[in-house]
Amino acid sequence: MVIKMNADRYTKIRDKIIPKPKLFKKLLISFFIGGLIGVIGELLLMIYSSNESLSYNESSNLMMITLIFVASFLTAIGVFDKLVTLFGAGLIIPITGFAHSTTSSAMEYRKEGLVNGIGTNIFKLSGTVILYGVVSAYIFGIIRYIIFGG
Amino acid sequence: MTINFDNVYLNNTSVVAGPFLYDGPLKGNFDDEYKDFYDGEKTYEDCEIKELIKSINILIKKEKNKKIDLMISSDLNNQLIVSNFASKNFGIPYLGVYNACASICEELIIAGSLLYNKDIHNIICTTSGHNMTSERTYRNPTEYGASKPEYSTFTVSSGTSCLVSDIKSSIKIESGTIGKVFDLNIKDSNDMGSAMTPSAVLTLFEHLKDLNRKPNYYDLIISGDLGKYGEKMFKELYKEEYGIELNNYIDSAVHIYNNEDKRVLAGGSGPSCLPSYVYSKIIPDMKSKKLKKVLLLATGALLNTTSVNQKKTIPCVCHAVSMEVI
Repeated sequence: MVIKMNADRYTKIRDKIIPKPKLFKKLLISFFIGGLIGVIGELLLMIYSSNESLSYNESSNLMMITLIFVASFLTAIGVFDKLVTLFGAGLIIPITGFAHSTTSSAMEYRKEGLVNGIGTNIFKLSGTVILYGVVSAYIFGIIRYIIFGG
Repeated sequence: MTINFDNVYLNNTSVVAGPFLYDGPLKGNFDDEYKDFYDGEKTYEDCEIKELIKSINILIKKEKNKKIDLMISSDLNNQLIVSNFASKNFGIPYLGVYNACASICEELIIAGSLLYNKDIHNIICTTSGHNMTSERTYRNPTEYGASKPEYSTFTVSSGTSCLVSDIKSSIKIESGTIGKVFDLNIKDSNDMGSAMTPSAVLTLFEHLKDLNRKPNYYDLIISGDLGKYGEKMFKELYKEEYGIELNNYIDSAVHIYNNEDKRVLAGGSGPSCLPSYVYSKIIPDMKSKKLKKVLLLATGALLNTTSVNQKKTIPCVCHAVSMEVI
């Protein structure tokens, strides 16, 4: 039997019924939450660098470690995934998202062992960030070298 | 492809309901419940195995005078691992089948056909679902919690069992239609309702045509897990393609959860969505003669993570089973 249903006609029905994602609202929330994390980072940086025994670079590392620790801790106690559902990309794009995706993968696969479970899967989601982070660092490094001479 | 059955009856059923389901609108209709996704076990998989074993045990207890010849089981885990482990406890010959969320009707049709064999009299059909194991199988780690669009569905956590037998009971499984795999180029794995709707429309049309019936022959036509928007699209598409307005149609996904809870998005899904609703709501209604003729349309999205990542469409299937009160 020939099936007479047609994809174009169906697309019209689907477009009418499926709600459009509320893009503007989501972008706005992400913008402010992402910005808020930036502000927290900046505050931490100010606090750490006000300590005279820490250099600016050391303070910046400490600030990142603090954010990573807090995000991973919140993932571990099962709070961060609920926040992500609410705030979306605002939490995923900063370093908190990297920490969250790594910790959540580690938690998910811990029952499959240290090597085949955690070892193999810990960068399942965040591997993308590492790979393209390194690649783009090279590309922008080269561009910077050509334009500004290092 | 429609098969008529004349000696196939649905006997007792059992449902063990998990989180979100047990305190939803069907509260109190279940045989047993568990309240968190671990239920005292170490892994989500162990919890799902436990829920399925519990459900089979309850059914066997209800049917203790009958000798079970066979069990047919389905779940969403890779290689049906939950069904395999659960069946290990029973020493009953076992068939594992997979048609994703269309499995329940697939099982009933297989069971109905096998009952024509004179050596087989009692077959248990089971399905199991667990929100967290299916999140892991099809999507991201469970703790990741990426936000999902409001039209995606929320897998039902429950273990369901029923006994299909050639010994007469009040509910007869009268016919079944084996559907064709069909899709209309939907690729969004968050939108399985849209993907499955055309296959459900096709199977309903073919079932009615094969048996020369009108939709209003049935008191209720109930589809598996198309969700809030899928339910609307189903009606709309059926009207558009075949010119008939359906006024006796519902989707079980929409009626299984407390829909005010935003976490369940467009409603339930999974292999145990339709059977959970049917066993705890429709069967009691049929026994009290509120409903006499009911058509089940179990819809399944036959995707896996590889096919999604390779940007393929989502192939879907829908099988129909018609039940009547006698």
